[in-house]
Amino acid sequence: MKQLESQYEKILSDYMFDQSEKNLYIAQNFTRQLIQKNISPEDVVNIHKNAVGKIFPDRVGEDQPAYDFLIEVMVHYGMAHREHQSLLQIQAEYEMEMKIATNIQKTLLKTVVPQLSSIDIGMISIPFRKMNGDYVHFLHDREDYLSVAVTDVVGKGVPAALCMSMVKYGLETLEYAYKDPSYVLEVINRVIEKGVDDSMFVSMFYGCLDIQNSIFSYASAGHEPALHYSAKQGKFFSLEAKGLLLGVLSESKYSYNEIFLEDKDIVVMMTDGVTEFRSREDLNSREIITSLIVENKHVSAQQLCNILYKQIEKILDFKLSDDFTVVIIKN
Amino acid sequence: MTFKSSVEIITEWDIVAARQLGRDEAKALGFGIVDQARITTAISELARNIYLYARVGVIEVEKVETDVEKKIVVIATDQGPGIKDVRQVIEDGYSTSGGLGAGLPGVNRLMDSMVIQSVVGEGTTIRAEKRLR
Repeated sequence: MKQLESQYEKILSDYMFDQSEKNLYIAQNFTRQLIQKNISPEDVVNIHKNAVGKIFPDRVGEDQPAYDFLIEVMVHYGMAHREHQSLLQIQAEYEMEMKIATNIQKTLLKTVVPQLSSIDIGMISIPFRKMNGDYVHFLHDREDYLSVAVTDVVGKGVPAALCMSMVKYGLETLEYAYKDPSYVLEVINRVIEKGVDDSMFVSMFYGCLDIQNSIFSYASAGHEPALHYSAKQGKFFSLEAKGLLLGVLSESKYSYNEIFLEDKDIVVMMTDGVTEFRSREDLNSREIITSLIVENKHVSAQQLCNILYKQIEKILDFKLSDDFTVVIIKN
Repeated sequence: MTFKSSVEIITEWDIVAARQLGRDEAKALGFGIVDQARITTAISELARNIYLYARVGVIEVEKVETDVEKKIVVIATDQGPGIKDVRQVIEDGYSTSGGLGAGLPGVNRLMDSMVIQSVVGEGTTIRAEKRLR
């Protein structure tokens, strides 16, 4: 402090001598030092008061009480300043935690797309914020069965991600029971209803493809209907299924549905982030999605997913407002 | 040696009396002008808390002078509603100051140490110390 005081006195007395811009610049640099050393505003006023007292010893009596008054005022600024600094530090800690949590989520909820010889599978999932509220889970039994769960937590960010890890572990404990979509939804519904607080809801579309027999069975818990493109008829069918969102009622039932997939048929599962054009409600999202699929039906399932994302992003002027997830199965 | 004096906080003007007492004692002990202002501000915050939340209470100011140290001890006592979550009130951002840095976290920073004892429904005692360096 003593050193700072004499430095300040020197800078001030130089300035009082010729009032040059250079001295003000030196003062500015010196201020940086004061801030770095955490010198509070009231201390600065005191340093100034003492420096003035030394430079103009004959004026001490007159203006010193005014400085004391200013010190009193600045004590409060000092308090606000220190609180601000401590809040900044807390914020930095939060951001660090958030970063770690995001990484854990990425590892925990990493979806591995199975590579099967007889069917073509593609997937894209882009979070709106740092944490993804959508999640896709694949299960398969050799080349016989492939099942896929496409989920969307109502809500975003950390709470959604926490809830999602529960959904994932629920799905993993199903083992061999995964072939019956309505049963799967009933089980996961109970897991969520018991374990997550009442404000948390999850929508899920669950489909299971019997690869040998080309039968696609599905059930839905309040999820965006999937699309079935029939290559033979050149038409789209909406795969609607009745069922409440997961986590609402413990005894919810989910209807079982099945369709037969013919050669070159396409099934498109997605979250509402794909179909809800919030910034362009004038557009018919389903029409846009179906025509994009028809135009690009010959590319691989993964390429088709990428095209859907790129094109929709472009149509919405890069202003997506939700997590965006599409899963495509080509028979 | 310890000298203790106190001010009862009943009206808002008693806050001024408590401040005056704190400043006089801090000055007498040899605190500089800035620390006098800090101690006074801390007393002011404690007295204001009493006035606003407990209605009445006492501010005691102790001047402690021993061979090893000189310090000022401020004790604020009231029989008010008490503090339910002591840890929370010393957290930044919680206080009712609305980001003005005042309140108990402010007192904690202005002084060297602060200890809060509180029982809900019985009252609160806050003891804050500042050593002369």
